[in-house]
This record gives sequence, structure tokens and C-alpha cells, in this order.
Amino acid sequence: MNICVCVKQVPSANEQRLDPVTGTVIREGVSSILNPFDAYAVEEAVRLKAKFGGQIAAVSMGVPSAVETLRRIVAVGVDRAILLTDRAFAGADTLATARALALGIQKIGNVDLILCGRMATDGDTAQVGPMLAELLGIPHATDVSKIGAAGPEFIEVARMADDGYLRARLPLPALLTVVKEINVPKLPSVAGVLRGRRAGVDVWSASDIGADPGEIGLRGSRTRVVKTARPEPRAACRFLSGAGELLEVLKGGGRA
Amino acid sequence: MGGIWVFCEWSLAGVRGVSHELIGEAKRLGGDATAVLIGNDVEKYAEELAASGADRVLLVEGGELDPPEELRHAAELARLIRKYAPEIVLIGATAFGRNFAPRAAAKLRTGLTADCTRLDIDPGTGLLLQTRPAFGGNLLATITCPDARPQMATVRPKVFPRPIPDPARPAVVVREAPGAEASPVRILERIAGEKSLNIGDFDVLVSVGMGIGGAKNIALAEKLAERLNGALSASRPVVDAGLAPYFRQVGQTGKAVSPKLYLALGISGAIQHMAGVGAETLVAVNTDPDAPIFQHADYGMRMDCGRFLEEVLEKIDGG
Repeated sequence: MNICVCVKQVPSANEQRLDPVTGTVIREGVSSILNPFDAYAVEEAVRLKAKFGGQIAAVSMGVPSAVETLRRIVAVGVDRAILLTDRAFAGADTLATARALALGIQKIGNVDLILCGRMATDGDTAQVGPMLAELLGIPHATDVSKIGAAGPEFIEVARMADDGYLRARLPLPALLTVVKEINVPKLPSVAGVLRGRRAGVDVWSASDIGADPGEIGLRGSRTRVVKTARPEPRAACRFLSGAGELLEVLKGGGRA
Repeated sequence: MGGIWVFCEWSLAGVRGVSHELIGEAKRLGGDATAVLIGNDVEKYAEELAASGADRVLLVEGGELDPPEELRHAAELARLIRKYAPEIVLIGATAFGRNFAPRAAAKLRTGLTADCTRLDIDPGTGLLLQTRPAFGGNLLATITCPDARPQMATVRPKVFPRPIPDPARPAVVVREAPGAEASPVRILERIAGEKSLNIGDFDVLVSVGMGIGGAKNIALAEKLAERLNGALSASRPVVDAGLAPYFRQVGQTGKAVSPKLYLALGISGAIQHMAGVGAETLVAVNTDPDAPIFQHADYGMRMDCGRFLEEVLEKIDGG
């Protein structure tokens, strides 16, 4: 089973990211990490490979420094890492991101299963996975918490739904987004870290994947961010003496 | 049949509340509102959707549409959108909605904004202004879809009020036969039980963090939640410690909730947690006077959670 894991490098913490005075995003000096949800996707790929064989490729769209994040993934057992990086990819919304990833995955070729984290912690949209599946013309399942039986032609999964869980069977190739319940990621071995350090990461530009400039990056995005603002601060907290006063206040309909 | 469409999601318990909320919001935006109802034996819901304000119900019924399955729903919705060309399509940001909406948007090569908490119409351009929290709730981003159509958004449940039903409004039903290709995905089994509880459905959440003080107090917090007709929820560290199941987790990596009352017990208020909380009234109980939760709270009590729970349960149960 050949697997492709889609990963994203995200800022390590959200709270560092805004200038408290201007409210603008600070990108300098913020360390980057692998999107936490993607670690579960990588781990699941490694486990599936141990069970079914095949190769694991990891693909990411991002800035050139994301090579380091990809090396750390090689350290835990990914066979091949590809970074899609190009100024033409910048400013992509979820559809334009999915487009670039789809072209990258088509260039990798012969992929049976695509694994993604449930969402990235910076964008929080959870849209790229299903959009990518649609652009590739393959089925998908989101919020997968367990992979059950699988064969050359199919995979069975348990998914979290609004009212519990459901089990579903998808023909391969397919795309799954995974939640943290699916596994506990292992730390890389020393040998793995050394392998990762030496690993070459393939770096592909927009033209390398044959992208139409009108379909990627800001130009390929259907959405535009027209305004950003800090949330209105709540009025100062009113401190109460205890449960009795709280019940009185809530009976009165809470804060006016 | 342009205007604003609301995709109406239903489960065995009926049409989800968020669908009614979105019909109300569509009317507030000044739109002609069409409720899109896809499934088997769902015409029975047309009246309640009309009562909430839907000008018409676009009904697609067929045995093959049961149980609801995302790929098939995405294909049916995209087919209807191509035929009728609505300006705006709103979908509840439930697990189901957030699964199938991106698929439908990608089919239509249009924009989709995730998990909106506010909608407006730009008076100048007429575009839908879609506002959502970004960077873990640190920033509110307003997004438009200027050129592609329809403008699509998923919207967080409970951020808009449910309209007061007007049973005098007649249900105008427009029927369409199902026509999209069958989905290759087969639903094998649905597993409900205790896990069928959706914390996003409750008006009151009693939410516990690591400062709650152990399993005994979590049990008391659950008891309080029952007394308030609410549900128990938890922060990520509590779930990670195995003290509560994942489906109860609130926050960026759990569920986004917007209850009327959020009672945060022993929750420090990390930004990743607050990113998932949009409460009307937030009450915090914490022994740490500097806990960030107090910056988000309407009412605060600097006290031990166990003592608070004993006090409040005694007051409630004592009349």
C-alpha cells in the first residue's frame, strides 16, 4: 500500500503571533513545528506500512524552511519527502492549496492512500483534505479514529460523527483525515534522526508540478481576506463571593 | 430560486438546530431563503422549516439518500446549485457539514469559509462578509468570495438565535428527483450509545479543567450539569489524562461550542481552549487569581472547585 501523507508546518504557538499594539501578525522569531494533527497521520502511515508494505511519501506546501520539518518526518519512517515551494503558491486559500497538493501527488504517482491531519492548527478550516480528494476524484473520510480491515482494493475506518461513531468502507485510492484518538505517535529512533538529517528532500516549484498560475496561490484563490480585527474584549470580569451570589445573578438573566 | 440557500441537516432526532438558526440568519441578511432538504422521508420537516422562515423548501427524496452520506450529499447539493445558481449557500459547521461542504465547494470550484461566527452583507458590494476566528481565536478574519459563485460558508452551531416559529407560514415545497451518482463509500454501522451525546447541542456546559481536583469533583460537575439541563465538557489536558472521553473535549483540537452558559471549573483558559468557546455568559471558578480564564469570564470566583460544587449543589438541591 503506497501512502502519501500531507503535512503542514505551523507556528508553534498561536499566542505569540499578534502584535499587542497593532494587532498584526508577527511572523519573525516564531518557531515552527509540524502541525500536531499531522503527527498522527505520519504515525498511522508508518503503522500501515509495517502491516501492508509499500512506500510512504510526505508532501507539504510551504516556505523553503519547511524542509527541516520534513526531515523530522523522515526520521520517524517516511521514505520520501517533497516540499512544494514557490512564491506562486503564496496566499493560497484552501482550494488553491488543495490544487497544488493534488498536482504534487499526481507527480508522485501510484498512491493508494492519502492521509492528512484533521486540520491545521493555524488555519483551523479542515477543508483541504476533502477538497483534495474531490480534485483527485477519489473518496474521502474525515475524523477517522481507527483504521480496520484493509486490502489492495478497500479500507475500513471508524469515524467520529456528531452523534457518535460510524464505520465505513471506502474503495482505494482514498483520502482519510485523522484525529488524535487514532494512535500515540512514537518518538524517532536515533538511527531515524540520523537518517532524517542525511535525507534529501525533493523541492518542487509550481512549474515542476505543471501548475496553472491562475489556479494556485493568491491568484487561484476564490476567497479573499478583506479585514482582520482583534476580538472585542469582554467587559471586565465581575468577581462573586460564591455559589449563592452566582445563582442570584444567573436567575436575574446574567449580564445585561 | 437564487437568494440564500440553507442546507438542512437532519438526524434521527430531526432537523438540527443549526439549520433553523441559519434560516433565521438568512432572513436577517435580507435574503429570500430556500431550505434544502435531502434525504429519505424528510418531507415531514418542511413545515417546521417554513415556520422558521424558509420561503420554500427544495426537497430531494429517495431511499438511496438514507442513511445520509457526505459524498452523495455533496454531489446532490452541487447538482442543485448548478441548476438554480443561488448567490449564497450556508451549511452548519457540524462534523457532517464540515466533511461534505468542502467537497461540494471544490466540485463547484468556488470559495468556502469554515466555521463562521458572524455574517453580514457588505452594503457597497452586496458581497457576503464571512467572519471567523483565526490563529486560535486571536484574530477575527473577514473573508469574501468576490467572483466565484455561490458564496459558501459553514457556520458554527448556536451562534445565531433559533427563530421563533410562525406556524402560519405555509410550506412551499419544490421537489427535485435525486440525480447524482451513487457514492463509492459504504456506511457499515452507526455506533451511538453514550457517545451519541453532542456537547455542541447544549445550552449549558459545565466544563472541567485540570484544576477541578480529581474524579470525585468531575462526578459532581456532571451532577451539576444534569441539574442545569446541560452537559459535562472538558479541556484537553483532562481528556489526555483519561479523565473524560474525547467527545467531551472543548477547544481547538476538540469541539467548538457556543452555549448560553459556560461554567469553566479549574480551566486555566489557554488560547487553544478559548478558541473553541463562544459562550453568551462565561463563569470561571479557579483558585489561581491570575488564571487567563478570568480575562474571558463575565463572572469569576476565586475558590476551590470542590467547595464551589458542594455549595452550588446544596443550594440547588436544597431548593
